[in-house]
Parts: sequence; structure tokens; C-alpha cells
Amino acid sequence: MVTMEGLYYSEDHEWVRVDGSRATIGITDYAQHALGKIVYVELPEMDEYYKAGDVFCVVESVKAASDSFAPVSGKVIEINEELEDSPQLLNEGPYENWITVIEMDDPTELENLMDEDAYKVFCEKEE
Amino acid sequence: MKKYDKLIFEISRKGRCAFSLPESDVPRVPLEDLIPSHLLTKEEVDLPEVSEVDVVRHYTLLSNKNYGVDTGFYPLGSCTMKYNPKINEDMSSLDCFANLHPYQPEDTVQGALALMYELDNMLSEISGMTRVSLQPAAGAHGEMTGLMIIKAYHENRGDTKRTKIIVPDSAHGTNPASAAVVGFDIIEVKSAKDGTVDMQSLKEALSDEVAGLMLTNPNTLGLFEKNIKEIANLVHEAGGLLYYDGANMNAIMGIARPGDMGFDVIHYNLHKTFSTPHGGGGPGSGPVGVKEHLVEFLPVPIVEKSGDRYFLDYEKPLSIGKVKSFYGHFGIMIRAYTYILAMGAAGLREASQKAVLNANYMMIRLKDHYKLPIEEVCMHEFVLGGLKEETNGVITLDIAKRLLDYGYHPPTIYFPLIVHEAMMIEPTETESRETLDEFIEALIKIAKEAKDDPNMLKEAPHNTPVRRIDEALAARSPILKWQKE
Repeated sequence: MVTMEGLYYSEDHEWVRVDGSRATIGITDYAQHALGKIVYVELPEMDEYYKAGDVFCVVESVKAASDSFAPVSGKVIEINEELEDSPQLLNEGPYENWITVIEMDDPTELENLMDEDAYKVFCEKEE
Repeated sequence: MKKYDKLIFEISRKGRCAFSLPESDVPRVPLEDLIPSHLLTKEEVDLPEVSEVDVVRHYTLLSNKNYGVDTGFYPLGSCTMKYNPKINEDMSSLDCFANLHPYQPEDTVQGALALMYELDNMLSEISGMTRVSLQPAAGAHGEMTGLMIIKAYHENRGDTKRTKIIVPDSAHGTNPASAAVVGFDIIEVKSAKDGTVDMQSLKEALSDEVAGLMLTNPNTLGLFEKNIKEIANLVHEAGGLLYYDGANMNAIMGIARPGDMGFDVIHYNLHKTFSTPHGGGGPGSGPVGVKEHLVEFLPVPIVEKSGDRYFLDYEKPLSIGKVKSFYGHFGIMIRAYTYILAMGAAGLREASQKAVLNANYMMIRLKDHYKLPIEEVCMHEFVLGGLKEETNGVITLDIAKRLLDYGYHPPTIYFPLIVHEAMMIEPTETESRETLDEFIEALIKIAKEAKDDPNMLKEAPHNTPVRRIDEALAARSPILKWQKE
């Protein structure tokens, strides 16, 4: 399993890359591996507001359709439309290919997420 | 001819045909005189041109590719692929049933109505419910009907803020889907470490906005929800109703009754538990049973009896209405009725006991070779979590594909979602010890192959007409119909 330094991780296997108040969100290598070949990504709507814990995206693989939960609260300011035609990008490069960018309204929520080391331990327990 | 894989269009030859009609003695009329020309196609209709023997061989060869419970073991978890006794077919093809018309006057179909009335009684007795509607066409349709009844019950009491249905994370996907179709919001509750409903999560989810809880018992892990009495009390105290998903009813016939556990609504799957055809279009049948306080909401019509006479009762003002054209899949009701009478009460109980025994036997024999995430006595099915030891990258999908080479229909895989690399095995009661042993040996061999030759498993199946398909490509860009080149 691959993880990346400098990212925040949720228990639902999303990662967050923070740049000021911009939170770029994707799913982790663990998540894409567990899901198997991804065939469809239902992207969030632009300008939609999500509270942390809300379902913001559905990732469908050959095994199952799986909800993704917003790791932080905020408004959607960018979506990765490339995933509409090429959902397999999430398998090929889970950390290079993001799903959405959210304008965070409460960066202290990041404290509820894990750093790389904590996430590694978390995944080992999940196994 | 196992490799036969042609389409009917591919064996077509211009001018070949399967009939020879005498010269018509009726004058020909131009098509345009009968049908307005703007409705006629301008292109030539491209139908396959084949001889009679071509047609017969084509479809016979295709039918030989079928795999069904009549050709082999079919351990598809949560689906109860039990043998369908042939007496069911004999009874449903009797002239007095097969040639009925649904619009016949009631006086001429008293036997058919009596069968429906008695089947309602039998299914009520087996589940501990008051009345059963035989209308729903399959399991998910039964769920929808049951949830509509729950909704109607709350609305009739003026309790309009109950907009949520609780579903455990181990539930069949149809449960949240049906609840969404009926207009409910879904609250998912987590399972505890032992695979049953986590009581704390359930307590937190309950409120005066909850219309009900949907539960499968035994659940999809094949485990009996031991806290069911407490769960029922909690849900009822919060003003909600309890819905029983009857998918796993094959584990408890004649042993425990959902009605006694505290459930208010249940759907059966006659095509699982009561040996009617399953898969390949069935058709299915998903009767819905309810307790006394919900009877008035059942779909109309319901068969009632007055003196010696049976009749279809439409006089139910609070009914949710019809959920199926006519009265449901009557041919399937005959088969289930036949099965219940042929088995008798003691026979049904024994069927469940043997289904549970067969599953436990397989689980114990396989647990040295495959991961068993929750080690408990199981009910009629059990869930493994992929290979036990060094996997060499071999995943459950590879194991399932390799089983095809051994001539088996694989078990359900990657469900329930809460078990990694899940393989859900349900042998049913109709399988002999020899059949179970042969299947177990195949799975043990595959576990050994994973050690010795993992690449061979990655490329399985090897002996099937079609090899490993690209499931992602099939999902993304499916070719759904033949197109002329």
C-alpha cells in the first residue's frame, strides 16, 4: 500500500492536500485497491456545500458502488472532469488524480484527520 | 460443441428458410394500402435466414451452456439455490391451473382462490404473521410493498415526520435501494465485531423520525441476530416498525418465527425458500406478511372466504392499492404450495436443519485453508475472507474464476461489503455429503494452486468457452446488441 507524506487522511480512506483554505480531495491507494477496477465516478456538483461527513461523491467499481464522505466542510470550487471519461485514473494514480477541490470554511476540522503515519497504522488494523 | 459461440445472425445465409408455404389464394394487397407510408421502414428488415435444423441446433447448443441447479452444485450465498422438485412443475401444469384466465368469473376458479387463501395461511403460520399478500413479483418488490405499508401506517396515525429507515451495513443492497424508492432517507448502522447489529449505533440512530428498521435474520454473514428481542423493543419504543428481509428464511423454517421475534412486516422469497425457479427470469415471488395492526394496509385484492365460497376482496379503504397486475405470479404460488404440502411441517423444519448442518460442515472443513473472519457457529451460509496463508496476490475473484474450471458456479463474492475479499457460501439442504466434499476438495486444491502456480490462477478460467473477461471494459463500454458490419 502506498501512502504520501504531507497529506491528511480520513478513516473512510480519503486524502486531503491543503493549500491555504483550498482542500484537494481524492481517494487513497488503499481505497482504490479495495474497490478494484473503477468504472464510474459520480462527481460532486460545482458550488455545492458539504458538511464534513456528507456523501460528496460515489465511486463505482466492478465490485460495488461506494460512497465517499467529505473529510472537511466547505464549498466545491473545482471538480476533476477528466474522471467522467477516465474513471480508471483513480486506480492508476490515486494521489495524482484528485476528485474535487473544496474551499474549507473551518480548517480546524483537519485536526480530526490522520497524518501519514497514523493512517498507515489505521490501515494495518483494517486488514 | 462446447465451444459453440455463434450468433444467429452469423449462421444466416441469403435465401435459406425454415418453411415452405403453399401458394396463397388470398389476393396480395400493397402494404401501403394498409399502413400509412410514413410509418413504414425504408430500410430492408435484416432478419436471420436459417433452416429449421439450424435454429434447433443453434438454441440447443446455447442451452447446453446453461449452468443451473439441475446440472450442478450452485452455492451462491444469500440466494438459496436449492433443487426445485419436479412435482412442482407437474402441479403447475395441470389443466385446471395452467389454462385459467385471470378474468374468469370467481365461481369458476374456486380451486385457484382456495389455493391462494391456503398459501396465505401457511405463509402466515410459518412466519408468525397475521395475513400475507401474494402479489409482489420478487424480493425487492416485496421490500417496496412492505415499506409502503410502513409508510401508510405512520401517515394514517398522523405521524408524518417519520422519514427515515435504518439499515445495517451488512444488509442486502436492495434494502436501502427499496427504502429510497419509497421516499425514505437511509441511516446506516455499523456492525459490531461479532458481525451482528451494534446496539450502541442502533440506539444513537433511533429517534421520532425513524419509520422502521430493516433487518435480515440470520444476517448476510449467516449469523443469527441474538439481540433481536432487545432490538425489537428499542425500535418499537421509539415508535418505529421492524421489517424482516426474508432472504435467509431457509435457515429458520419451523424453528423460529419472525413474528415471534417482534417483526411487524416480512417479505418471503418463494424462489429461494420454497423451491420455485430462481434466476433466468424465474419469475420470482415475494409475498409480504404483516401483523394484525397492518392488515388493513395490505395491497388489494386479498382472497377472503365466506362460508364455503372464496372471493377477491377489494373493500379495503386504507389499502396501499395494487402492486402487481392481477394477483401476482400465480404459477409460482402453485409450486410453493406444492412444496409446502409435499414437505409438511416436519419436513420444512428438517430442511432448515440440514441447510444449517451443511453450511457448518463446509465452514469447518474450509477454515484451515481460507480466512474465517468471524468464528462462530453459522446458520445456513457462511462468509470466508479469501485465502488464509500467503496469497501470492491471488484474490477472491481469481478463486471464483478458477472454480469455473472445476465445473462449479462460484459462490457470491465481494458481499457482504463489511468482509474483505468476501466469499459467501450457501450449500442448501438438498446437497449430499459427497457433493459438499467434492466442492470442498476443489477449493482446497485451488488454495494449493495459489501457492504453487499463482499466475495460472490469475489467468483462470482456462476451460470455459470465454476466458477471463475485462469487467471494467464490460462495465464502461458494453456492446449490448449485434450490429451489422
